[in-house]
Amino acid sequence: MNYLMRRLATFPLVLIGVSVLVFVAIRMVPGDSITAMLGTEAGLLTPAQRDALAAYFGIDQPWFIQYWRWVLGLLHGNLGISVTYGKPVLDVILERFPLTLELALLAMIIALAVGMPAGVFAATHNEKLSDLGVRVVAMIGQSTPNFVLALLIIYTLSAGFGVLPTMGAFSPLWQDPLRNLSQLLLPAVTLGFAFAASVTRISRSAMLDVLSDDYVRTARSKGASNRTVIWRHALPNALIPVVTLSGIEFGYLLGGAVIVEQIYALPGLGRMILDAILQRDYALVQGSVLFIAFNFMIVNLLVDLAYVALDPRIRLGER
Amino acid sequence: MVQHLTKKLLSGMTLPGIALAAMLGIAAVPAQANAATLRMAWSQDATGLDPHKQTAFSSLRLLELIYEPLVRLDANLQITPAIADSWQFSADGKELTFKLNPKAKFQNGAAVTSADVKASFERILDEKTSAAARANFLSIASIDTPDSATVVFHLSQPDVPILTAMSDINAAIVPASEIAAGSIGTTTIGSGPFKLEKWDPNSKEVLVANKDWAGGATGVDGIDISVLPDETAILAALRTKQVDFALLNDPLVATLVPKEASLQLNRVPVLAYHVLQLNPSRKPMTELKVRQAISCAIDRQEVLDTASLGEGKVTGPLTIPALATDPNQLFCYTRDVEKAKKLMAETGYADGFSASVIGATGEPPTAAAEAQVIQSQLAEIGVKLDIKMMELNVYVDAWLKGDFDMAIALNGGRADPYTMYNRYWTKAGNLQKVANYIDDTLDGLMQKGRTETDPAARKVIFGDFEKHITEMSPWIWLYTSYSYTAQQKNVGGFVPVPTGSLFSLAKVTLQQ
Repeated sequence: MNYLMRRLATFPLVLIGVSVLVFVAIRMVPGDSITAMLGTEAGLLTPAQRDALAAYFGIDQPWFIQYWRWVLGLLHGNLGISVTYGKPVLDVILERFPLTLELALLAMIIALAVGMPAGVFAATHNEKLSDLGVRVVAMIGQSTPNFVLALLIIYTLSAGFGVLPTMGAFSPLWQDPLRNLSQLLLPAVTLGFAFAASVTRISRSAMLDVLSDDYVRTARSKGASNRTVIWRHALPNALIPVVTLSGIEFGYLLGGAVIVEQIYALPGLGRMILDAILQRDYALVQGSVLFIAFNFMIVNLLVDLAYVALDPRIRLGER
Repeated sequence: MVQHLTKKLLSGMTLPGIALAAMLGIAAVPAQANAATLRMAWSQDATGLDPHKQTAFSSLRLLELIYEPLVRLDANLQITPAIADSWQFSADGKELTFKLNPKAKFQNGAAVTSADVKASFERILDEKTSAAARANFLSIASIDTPDSATVVFHLSQPDVPILTAMSDINAAIVPASEIAAGSIGTTTIGSGPFKLEKWDPNSKEVLVANKDWAGGATGVDGIDISVLPDETAILAALRTKQVDFALLNDPLVATLVPKEASLQLNRVPVLAYHVLQLNPSRKPMTELKVRQAISCAIDRQEVLDTASLGEGKVTGPLTIPALATDPNQLFCYTRDVEKAKKLMAETGYADGFSASVIGATGEPPTAAAEAQVIQSQLAEIGVKLDIKMMELNVYVDAWLKGDFDMAIALNGGRADPYTMYNRYWTKAGNLQKVANYIDDTLDGLMQKGRTETDPAARKVIFGDFEKHITEMSPWIWLYTSYSYTAQQKNVGGFVPVPTGSLFSLAKVTLQQ
């Protein structure tokens, strides 16, 4: 409990650090909301026109005043207004987040459902041809950029089979579950492929470690079946690195899968942030990065708590 | 067996194909939910809804379906009626009178009156509006509205190009009441063929037909626009008939369209031009002969063929078909490396020099390839180019400050040469800082072209302008590309135009 309280107490500190970093970083990049909106036509503006636009975008004050105003807003639960969407930043984020969360969960389910059995299989067939086969596929999975895989899938389906999930008009899960799943299946497979490859490799090596431990040998000598040894004795102890990896990957995915969302035209967090950066929608970039940082911390905390559940020997916070 | 199956699968929708479709929950050839709704896709979405403020290509394309200017350009760049039925310049060229179409109505049911026209132009001219197009209307001294259907613009000097500038959607007529309410940009009440029912930025737009449009009935009940950021995905959506009509930017994708039997590619040369901008304020581009050497060393056709698959044509500064000079008559449009080396030697740069060239990633998609071809061509005269590709906004920032040795650019064109170039090639041009070159001849020709009303005399003036500027070589004009749209073959009536306008979607029909 103490550990949990201490971890939660660090959240505000991390968020303050992230807020300063993102606030300064986005302003250090050349160009501003005015050039983002007008492009080279911004050169036709008179100084008075430019001032009027700067005031409209809220970039007419020195950066520390802008920062102070933003932080004051944050303390009142107000992340600011997105100039692109004309809506509160939090509303825009919460509209996009369910898709990103669903996509991340689907990708993780695919990765674990494929990667863990494949890893266990490879470990139990160590140095055999089938092990080699799994390792080669895993290596291909890890080294194939997801945009290549996405384009390959789209090309094969559209040119070869004349089919493709509906792109553009996204249906939320609660409106049309079937259509929603059809739209998210391919992106989830694309994301899950590399993720599964990582899970395969890490679960294989963890299993190999565990399978050579004394207690496994003991279990075998006591007559436990191979199946019981693997699934009941070995696997739970091999899960910690898998949980660590999955937690980190899941945390990343919650930040939005920019390229996959872009290619499959999914209105998720990643694409939203990319557009916000390109359009210099400062409030939206700042708010969403904070949101992602918060999610990442929560996922990390859950992973730490999962260690305790998996291995009673671990006592969090004790040295 | 596998080969046979694959062949069967690839030959069209076979049983396994249908099974795959079913598994993915996909309609293999989805039936149209509403046959009269055009399903359209583009890769870049509008960035805002205020017609006086927006300059992004996609914003203009959306807004011209909702709002209307006083006049419009047709496919031959001739001025045709829009909200105005007729117009007339006074004999001294200082008064421009419009008669409005009595049937013109805003989408809230109110008639479009002269008061709305006056309020719209006053809004554009108000510096607080921050309308980039304001620079085109500075000759307006006052606006009179003798009756509700007549508007008289009093100009401080004869200004022939102002009429063409008024055809731009940046000069759209908006309701005076909405201006007073401060709601332009948040509400969209135009007088155009479609009403905007829904806009989910960077995702989709839903347009429905405006039954009261003065231009008559639209050909479709509405247009659903999807934003598919990746153009390969747009092509895939066209292949699978999810989309009826699409805009394409990348020639690499566009040239794949004719390979699909069910699709049609529309292309038209546009007014925008690809150019290598030199910075004549930086050494050694300060030297005329160095600039001319660069011009002579560049093979424009090779740049076009390599970077853009030959999709376009080599151009001089004027891209307006009625005014353009044959490029072969312009300075050094036939590559002459020996002449280039001689010019370099004459200014003491026989061994060449080093410089950098900036370009925006993906804007245009051919930018990096153009820079690479030019880099190899200039290497032949000893010029060592360092290519710096940057994000568009970073590029625009450097470009506006004139902070570059050379820049690869795709600059927008206009239907009138004065409006197109006064920002760069007049002494008072807003973008002189970018052009960094002006002389009395250029400025004089531009001023003459502005006031001359006789089309034949204007052609001569701008022909001289074109010859002079290519000889001075502050920029090296390369080529104009095509504007691409792709469509299913059952889409009828779309007319591609050099401005890239999609206005003719108002009369497009979908055959069953």
